[in-house]
Amino acid sequence: VETLDQIKSRIEAAVPGARLERVANGSPSAQDSVTVDPEQAVAVAKFLRDDPALRLDYVSNVTGVDWLDTVIKETTRTKQIIDGVERDIAQTTETKKPGYLEVVYHLFSMELKHGPVVLRLRTGNRTDQARVPSLTPVWRGAEFQEREVFDLYGIVFDGHPDLRRILMWDEFKDFPMRKDYAEPDDYEYEPTPHDDVLDKAKAHYPTEAKP
Amino acid sequence: VNRVNRDSGLAELPLGTEVVPPEGAGQQNFSLAPKISGNGSLDGQLLEIAMGPQHPSTHGVFRMDVVLDGERVVKLKPVFGYLHRNHEKIAEGTTYLASMPFTDRLDYFCSLTNNWAYALAVEKLAGLQVPERAEYIRVITAELTRLQNHTCLAGFLLQDMGASGTPLMYAFREREKILDLFEALTGARMMCNYMRFGGCRCDLPEGWLEQAHSVVAGFPRFLDEFEALLSENEILMARTQGVGVLPRALAVNASITGPMLRAAGVNYDIRKVDKYGIYERFSFRVPLGEHGDVYDRYMVRVLEMRESLKILEPALRDIPTGPIIDPKAKLRGFRPKIGEAYGRIEAPKGELGFYLISDGSTNPYRYRVRPPSLINLTILEDLCLGTHVADVVVILGSVDIVLGEVDR
Repeated sequence: VETLDQIKSRIEAAVPGARLERVANGSPSAQDSVTVDPEQAVAVAKFLRDDPALRLDYVSNVTGVDWLDTVIKETTRTKQIIDGVERDIAQTTETKKPGYLEVVYHLFSMELKHGPVVLRLRTGNRTDQARVPSLTPVWRGAEFQEREVFDLYGIVFDGHPDLRRILMWDEFKDFPMRKDYAEPDDYEYEPTPHDDVLDKAKAHYPTEAKP
Repeated sequence: VNRVNRDSGLAELPLGTEVVPPEGAGQQNFSLAPKISGNGSLDGQLLEIAMGPQHPSTHGVFRMDVVLDGERVVKLKPVFGYLHRNHEKIAEGTTYLASMPFTDRLDYFCSLTNNWAYALAVEKLAGLQVPERAEYIRVITAELTRLQNHTCLAGFLLQDMGASGTPLMYAFREREKILDLFEALTGARMMCNYMRFGGCRCDLPEGWLEQAHSVVAGFPRFLDEFEALLSENEILMARTQGVGVLPRALAVNASITGPMLRAAGVNYDIRKVDKYGIYERFSFRVPLGEHGDVYDRYMVRVLEMRESLKILEPALRDIPTGPIIDPKAKLRGFRPKIGEAYGRIEAPKGELGFYLISDGSTNPYRYRVRPPSLINLTILEDLCLGTHVADVVVILGSVDIVLGEVDR
């Protein structure tokens, strides 16, 4: 069985222009993954499926992951002489790392019985560029799972044959699995609301009796 | 056609098959939608009906929107979500261990295998070891779960075909004996909540092994009786042979797993491939079908039960004494290192996987269930196209779905 680095270099040789990046995994499972740029994803997927040494003919698991915008604070301390006195000056720089959505594919080979090879596709951002190409034309097993990722994360899969909501109802607007999803304030309250439900209920039902 | 051949395909063969993707796959306008002819009924009109969400054959709340041309199915779209409670979101909002009882509710027939799959994924994520005795208990409970799942599935399938009552009651009688064992061990018949990360929750009660042994010893007699009634039954053969044929290439490409995949002739059993737990120590065979129709799916399950008994007998005999949980495993304040893991097992319905991402806190950052029931429904339309509407019920029954897992 080839190592992930060997697979990566073979993909780069077979699919010109494919930008791959190895993502390390710190857990004892040691299942490292590879990010693929969305433009070449379908070509890479076809290579992985059809290559005689890999034959990753079976996509086991397809799922989305939401990575929010993060702000990385870095503090640098410098010594400066101000008015003849040496002072520590702390400068904090904030770098904003934009968030993105990610689709993770776990690939196995039913023919050669090895795996998993983990592919990751990343979207440009979490709002207007939340698109990746669909791999359903390569592996049909991704059909319902990509629909589910679209339904719960709002990632649009270009080239999916039937991209509709699958678990939520069609009229539903938001994407519930996103980390910043806020529950809509539209459900029926229990007869004796308490805690945070009481706070929400107060907006709807005045709790104090009016004279 | 009488084609009960107990040894056909029963071999640990390498899978030497050419896997061809479905025609047209890979093209941009690849569509799985069928072409509607409209010339099979008297006046050429199509009838659209909704089977479900409250339909006895769907075993829960599941809907199939079917377009019929006379009695032939020309289009079928499954509709899910009636039981959706966003299991994954709830699990991301709570600790790792607190999700364990919730996994029972996925496939409520097989709570012990759900527990195992989740425990396995967390053990991979955190690098926990499982003591010998706990591994044996896990194998024993998982194979007992497989026995009761497959008997009930056979019973339900026959019920769907119109064999009202008898096969299902026979199956439930046997299931009850296994559920008694679960109750003695875990305190619950169905919602067992038994496995823990790095082992099991409690040790076997006194006399449990003897009781389990007598259930296992009596099971072949039940299977023989069940099969004498059913396997060569003329009506069963007429209703199932040649119905809902799943081609091998499509099965692989559409990620079908479990008995459905093996009925299509693909030798892929995760117990053999991943050798998780201690399955390496047991000698058992992987039954394969030759035709990929509903009858093969029924037969593969019956043969799998006989193979499960071959695992159970030595497991019950050789189980060692010792601890049942890794002493390093923490129940409270459990924080795995930052990283991710995908763990999977061969559940009775197919590959059940859990994908976890840890951000170093007490809650998983991402918790994903790979549900075999949902993914096995991918090809439901392909199996049903061109068949009679009455066969849709039989085909759905042979897929073996549980809505708790499909909708999550």
